Amino acid sequence: MGHAIAFYLISALILGFAVLVVSTRNTVHAVLFLVLNFLAVAALYVLLTAQFLAVIQVMVYAGGIVVLYLFVVMLVNLKRPPEDHSSPQRRGWLGVGLGALVLAQLAAILVWGGVGTPADPYTMQNSDLALNNVERIGMLLYTDYLVPFELASMLLLVAMVGAIILAKREL
Amino acid sequence: MIDTYLIPLIKILFVLNATLIAVTYMVLLERKVIAWVQVRLGPMRVGPYGILQPIADAVKLILKEDITPARADKWVFTAAPIIVMVPALITFAVIPFGGTVNLFGREMPLYITDINVGLLYIVSVASIGVYGIILGGWASNSKFPLLASLRASAQLISYEVAVTMTLVSLIITAGSLSMVKIVEAQLTSGLWFIFVQPVAFVLFFIGGLAETNRAPFDMAEAEQELTGGFHTEYSGMRFALFFLAEYANMIVVSSVATTLFLGGWLRPFPNLEALSFLGFVPGWMWFLLKTFVFLYIFLWVRATLPRYRYDQLMRLGWKVLIPIAIANVVVTGIVKVLL
Amino acid sequence: MITPTHYMLLSALLFMIGVMGVLLRRNIIVIFMSIELILNAVNINLIAFSYQLQDGIGQVFAIFVIAVAAAEAAVGLGIILAFYRNKETVNIDEMNLMRW
Repeated sequence: MGHAIAFYLISALILGFAVLVVSTRNTVHAVLFLVLNFLAVAALYVLLTAQFLAVIQVMVYAGGIVVLYLFVVMLVNLKRPPEDHSSPQRRGWLGVGLGALVLAQLAAILVWGGVGTPADPYTMQNSDLALNNVERIGMLLYTDYLVPFELASMLLLVAMVGAIILAKREL
Repeated sequence: MIDTYLIPLIKILFVLNATLIAVTYMVLLERKVIAWVQVRLGPMRVGPYGILQPIADAVKLILKEDITPARADKWVFTAAPIIVMVPALITFAVIPFGGTVNLFGREMPLYITDINVGLLYIVSVASIGVYGIILGGWASNSKFPLLASLRASAQLISYEVAVTMTLVSLIITAGSLSMVKIVEAQLTSGLWFIFVQPVAFVLFFIGGLAETNRAPFDMAEAEQELTGGFHTEYSGMRFALFFLAEYANMIVVSSVATTLFLGGWLRPFPNLEALSFLGFVPGWMWFLLKTFVFLYIFLWVRATLPRYRYDQLMRLGWKVLIPIAIANVVVTGIVKVLL
Repeated sequence: MITPTHYMLLSALLFMIGVMGVLLRRNIIVIFMSIELILNAVNINLIAFSYQLQDGIGQVFAIFVIAVAAAEAAVGLGIILAFYRNKETVNIDEMNLMRW
């Protein structure tokens, strides 16, 4: 029961902050709502006994990527808000309608499809993966998925070099 | 029911109160220590030997006029000091102040909780604290605080990388991310980790100085630089929160350094039978003593060293500390495999 | 009882909010942030199934998604900065230098 209350509360926070992110006029406020959204998602990960991923989410997403966004927002801050005039080719209502239609389809598939029996929280939270989370993930990362791990590190190196070159003033 | 809710609540209240009182008296301690280094006496008027000075400071700051700049972003302006203070306080949830004692007939561990990713939790919470500084400078809607806050946050995120790399080598040595298990690893190996990883200790200390914006890395908030840094436009209680958050961060870094390097609540050479007469000192007292030593070193360094220039600071973080930290990780890994 | 269907519905809702953000907003930084919302929705799905099936692969995949998101955010923001230096705007309707 506590599990259900926590789930509904955290999902309300996640969805609420997400809606605020896409609808706020002020960009700095949108970035702050994004941080709160990521913190709520990290709380959801803790509920799902993925503790390592929760702290990685806070450290990398909320503490790294969004700081980057905040810097860029501060550097490109313009005198006027950038969406003053609306272009006549834009049909916002069509986007909202189509999105709602896709969402209804997804919801229908999910609800009528069903995904088997719900898990018993006690056994799930005391399983090997939940109690020794870091060790299990570490073992997987370094044995079965070593090649993707090394590729991810190369990707990060390439991204770092690329970002530095793109943002330099004189090449 | 009592064990899951009431006892942690009591512990949390106790730790929060103790921290806030400690932070307030750190202000006085800093002024006294720096004064003694400079062969003068420091605050002496309020109370005997200036003991009541922090109370006078608190009263003054509460009674000051609360100014918000004209076109500042009101919500963000108010939220920024809170965002700096809260991560410093919630870190204390995972720091072990002592082992398990027997109080009122029940076995009580002297820490609020022990999560299996404790060390990463501390690092991630510290990375949230950067937001308060960026937002404090931004929300002031004024040029000098904005520049100072950008400098301060760039400094913080650079040294965060160095500190995290240092902690990786420590995790390899201890074999676990949980703070309590790290202290127990020091118990089983019989040596504090400062003897096993001296390079990591120096790096962590320098990184901790930079992470808490303390001298010699306090360029972002010193009065002579950029007219007072990112908290120029703050007055009254909000400035007090920024100020106290810095001291709370200092206490956090000292506690973490104590737990990781000086063996937490263990006495010196915990496995040596010849020194077991030192066992009469309880664990939490050893912890407080070691944390206090670190705090004193923080104040000593501030009184002694001149300030780094910004480009020297960034060069130190990226070109010196990070390569040494990575080399430390490699060497630790090799030694751990060979031994 | 919270079944994986609940988590998938949450993930689908978050995904659609992100897609609406990409479609409806014109500030390119908000568009990038909506893309991060989409990636988070995918992560929630992965980890919910890792919890249900007690297999660590879901969490490992989510780690890689976070790493890729970090790389993409860095490069994307570099591009925005470079563009802003040339044209002084962040409105995507005005980013039409390569149009016919």
